[in-house]
Amino acid sequence: MKPASFDYYRAANRADAIRLLAEYGDDGKILAGGQSLVAAMNFRLARPNVLIDINDAADLDYLRVEDGTLRIGALTRHARFHDPAEPGPLGALLSKVVHHIAHYPIRQRGTFAGSLSHADPASEWCLVATTLGAEMHIASHDGERTCPAAQFFKGTFTTAIETQDLLAEIRLPVLGNGWRSGFHEFSRRAGDFALAMSLVVLKIEDGVITDARIGVGAVSDRALRLETLEAELIGKAPNEKLFAEIAAAAKAQITPSADIHATSAFRSDLIRTVVKRALMQAAA
Amino acid sequence: MSWIGRSLPRYEDPSLLMGRGTYVADLARNTASVKFVRSPVAAGRIVGMELPDGELVFTAADLVDVKPIRPILHRPDYIAVDQPILARDRVMFCGQALAMVVADDQGLAEDLAEQVFADVEADDAIVNFADALADGAGAVHAHAPGNVLVEGKMRSAGLDDAFAIAAEIVSLELRSGRQSAMPLEGRGGVARYDAVSGRVTLYASVQMPHMLRTGIADTLGMPEADLRVIAPDVGGGFGQKMSLFPEYVALVWLARHLKRDLSWIEDRRENFLASAHSRDQAFSVKGAFSKDGILLGIDADLKSNVGAFSCYPVTCGVEPLMALAELPGPYKVKEYGARSRGVTTNTCMMAPYRGVARPMLTLTMERMMDVAAKRLRLDPVEIRRRNLIDTFPHRSPTGLVYDEGSYQEAMEVAVNTLDVPAFRERQAAARAAGRYLGIGFSVFSERTGYGTPAYAARGMGIVPGYEIVTCAMDPSGSVEVRIGSSPHGQGLKTALAQLIADELGIAPSKIKIISGDTDATPYGWGTFASRSMVIAGGASKLAAGKVAVRLRSIAATMMDAKPEDIELEDDLARVIGTNQSLPIPDVARAAYHQSHRFPDAGPGLQDQAIYDPAGTFSNACHACIVEVDIETGGVVIERFVVAEDAGILINPMIVDGQIHGGVAQGVANALYEELIYDETGNLLTASLADYLPPTIAEMPNIEIEHLVTLSDATITKAKGVGEGGTIGAPAAIINAICDALAPFGVEIFEIPATPQRIRDLIRASERNDHG
Repeated sequence: MKPASFDYYRAANRADAIRLLAEYGDDGKILAGGQSLVAAMNFRLARPNVLIDINDAADLDYLRVEDGTLRIGALTRHARFHDPAEPGPLGALLSKVVHHIAHYPIRQRGTFAGSLSHADPASEWCLVATTLGAEMHIASHDGERTCPAAQFFKGTFTTAIETQDLLAEIRLPVLGNGWRSGFHEFSRRAGDFALAMSLVVLKIEDGVITDARIGVGAVSDRALRLETLEAELIGKAPNEKLFAEIAAAAKAQITPSADIHATSAFRSDLIRTVVKRALMQAAA
Repeated sequence: MSWIGRSLPRYEDPSLLMGRGTYVADLARNTASVKFVRSPVAAGRIVGMELPDGELVFTAADLVDVKPIRPILHRPDYIAVDQPILARDRVMFCGQALAMVVADDQGLAEDLAEQVFADVEADDAIVNFADALADGAGAVHAHAPGNVLVEGKMRSAGLDDAFAIAAEIVSLELRSGRQSAMPLEGRGGVARYDAVSGRVTLYASVQMPHMLRTGIADTLGMPEADLRVIAPDVGGGFGQKMSLFPEYVALVWLARHLKRDLSWIEDRRENFLASAHSRDQAFSVKGAFSKDGILLGIDADLKSNVGAFSCYPVTCGVEPLMALAELPGPYKVKEYGARSRGVTTNTCMMAPYRGVARPMLTLTMERMMDVAAKRLRLDPVEIRRRNLIDTFPHRSPTGLVYDEGSYQEAMEVAVNTLDVPAFRERQAAARAAGRYLGIGFSVFSERTGYGTPAYAARGMGIVPGYEIVTCAMDPSGSVEVRIGSSPHGQGLKTALAQLIADELGIAPSKIKIISGDTDATPYGWGTFASRSMVIAGGASKLAAGKVAVRLRSIAATMMDAKPEDIELEDDLARVIGTNQSLPIPDVARAAYHQSHRFPDAGPGLQDQAIYDPAGTFSNACHACIVEVDIETGGVVIERFVVAEDAGILINPMIVDGQIHGGVAQGVANALYEELIYDETGNLLTASLADYLPPTIAEMPNIEIEHLVTLSDATITKAKGVGEGGTIGAPAAIINAICDALAPFGVEIFEIPATPQRIRDLIRASERNDHG
């Protein structure tokens, strides 16, 4: 279980990483936390000829609020979210979700941007990005562009990132007053990939839902946002019966994927459960 | 002051827990790496092999003089099969070694392995019982049509009558998934070739170093003296490291052929594909009960999937024949009939794994008791009370003799610890609130520490069982004890030192246990079958006792007293009833350097002893409380109680550790771990992303209550305790889940009870409710 041979370059900073990608990106991969990539290389499922290591690029390691968005640099590790990244509902949400990502040592190395680039269908951060409508800032030798989450994820392990691109920054909208979140995940063991999970954010004003996002992850080739069901919540008072109906509708609307841990029928049951529990938690 | 019974910290802890040990991979520096090229298909004919030119690549064609591994059982119902070191003309399972390459490092060896291409004409794989036992099924081994390699049968005369008069007949179909022992450290070997002597030293992560040497030497046709096997620190084995594997034979062959130092360090994928598997059993069992819940008879059809080959030395009879002999467990049933088959398939070889057959036997009997209790409207504890053995020695319907135990008492302790009446109230309140709690019990016997008679009775070609121990006190008064047993991480050296310390009157810290080196230890059987403390312990006690006799004789001469008046304690040889004493090191020095003074004792302080007991039964009751999430099928174990009786505890902390680890593997068996093959014989769970051992986060706190029954079955009055945790836990957990789900009428007969399987059963029950 040793990787096939590869060349290794260490980028000093953001600009250096982009320069190296321009030169070697067609055969290469960015190495950030390496928590998925290195395992895949050891199994020889991934065989990049070149690794461009960005772990020295301090200018990619940041987390800050600017112009109403939380900006997450390419080298920001999962563990940075253990404490709230910002004082409002978004920081609380991220800090709730991060504890479901693998195990403590993995969270010290793995990065937010790495998770999005890897695009595992069971990634918690991919679900967060999809549900909240994250904006991806992609940099390359040819310039910079932005890509909304809805267009970023193309399928299992597939994104809008081209070979010479660096996912340089992710922007998440800061949630204002009145927003609250619920997250529920079902996995076989603590730290395992989810078999199903749901993230819900609700804006509740004067006892009435005025805005809502419902996301479901780990049930298909990418995280799903259930916009039609979000609309059904608007203007209604949160209550268990309503949430049970929404959860049943979510189950009805998704034909989930199957693997050795969960048949499609089992995942269907789980979708109803995780959506309902995320809704209940958000309204609690 | 006795050292027995003290929770001394283990001398092994720096190695086992603090990273200061020397494991096989630590010894691989400056060796060439060997990589095995493994079959990507489960069954087929090898049409050709394409090999890279000019490289060190070897196939079966290079090993023409090497014999296959052929374990023997002397039974008419056993069909011996050959396991080639590298596949010759057929492949038998996915992962079987086809070729081996040698390169300067592991990465290069893997590069080279990718250039080996085997052209295999694939056949339909025979993967499961249905494939193997179907009418007209193909044969995994051409000379074994029908695919049954071993079949044991017995039937007591009164069985039909028992069923004829039964008030209730409980029929169960049980299934256990396939499991890996999954030691933290995989297999691995480092073979060093000595150019002067032509000798090879093989460092290997194994449980039976002497047996490995015999097996390799026989297969390669070389004198055993030309091979030294050393088991250094071993990071767990649990049975998986008992057997002779082709990789070790190949490694020694390569070292002799190339006259080079070589290493093979298995990766986790290889461990899953090609080390050894276990469990994978299907039992059809009927129990005949009287109306007051007395079990009158058992009629069983037991099938064990033994994989493609038979494991050496214990053979593929190990699971089916133990199942046949031990199904009745702790219950005093009179009539018994069973047929037990070892079925061969195109899957990885089955080998012993902690518990061997008994986790499934216990699951079977304990599910039977719960189902019978429900049908007869008896309390699950009460039906057990009426059937558990209570007079000793007890003779089972299969002829096993059980020494004194505390079967009833252990169950009562568990019942009291969990306060069943209080739990039932809490359970009712929780149900009213939509939460599902359940309680489950599992009572079992654990046959341990058995010597040659038990193995001879199975007809084994190689009959293990005894242990030879040599004990020597040196002139400085410290002690070296050489054992044939070979620990794999359980703390045996500490426990043996405590036992020996009491015989010699010195501190355990002065006793060094030497194990795992065929140059330095007497021929012995290693560690398995919960035997080491009982048998190596017994032989150690006897050998140390002989040395103590010499010590007393010499001390008596030195102090002008009688040997029977000398006691050895606190590092002193003391004349009882006087204040006269000598430091034991002074006596030891005299034994060597003034031996002319001691014509009776003769020079030196060393002796040897052999112990070969018939065996002893430990017993326990596991009981647990679980909560089931009916929407997800998820199970949380709230409490887990083990009330166990292993006789005298030499080191209670080590015993508790054995129970903790065993229960963890039982939890794994009950809820988490499963090796899954697809219908083509391809293993779908070849990594730790898909094969799911429970982590510390999934483990309950384990509450242990010790009972101590003093049995004369062993000379130390200690019984084995290595496997009970694994044996008892699955049944307790599954019974608790069924109790929790009683409102849905859910009964579980298949493990692991994954969330998906539990949810499927609940969904089916909900569907039935809705018509």
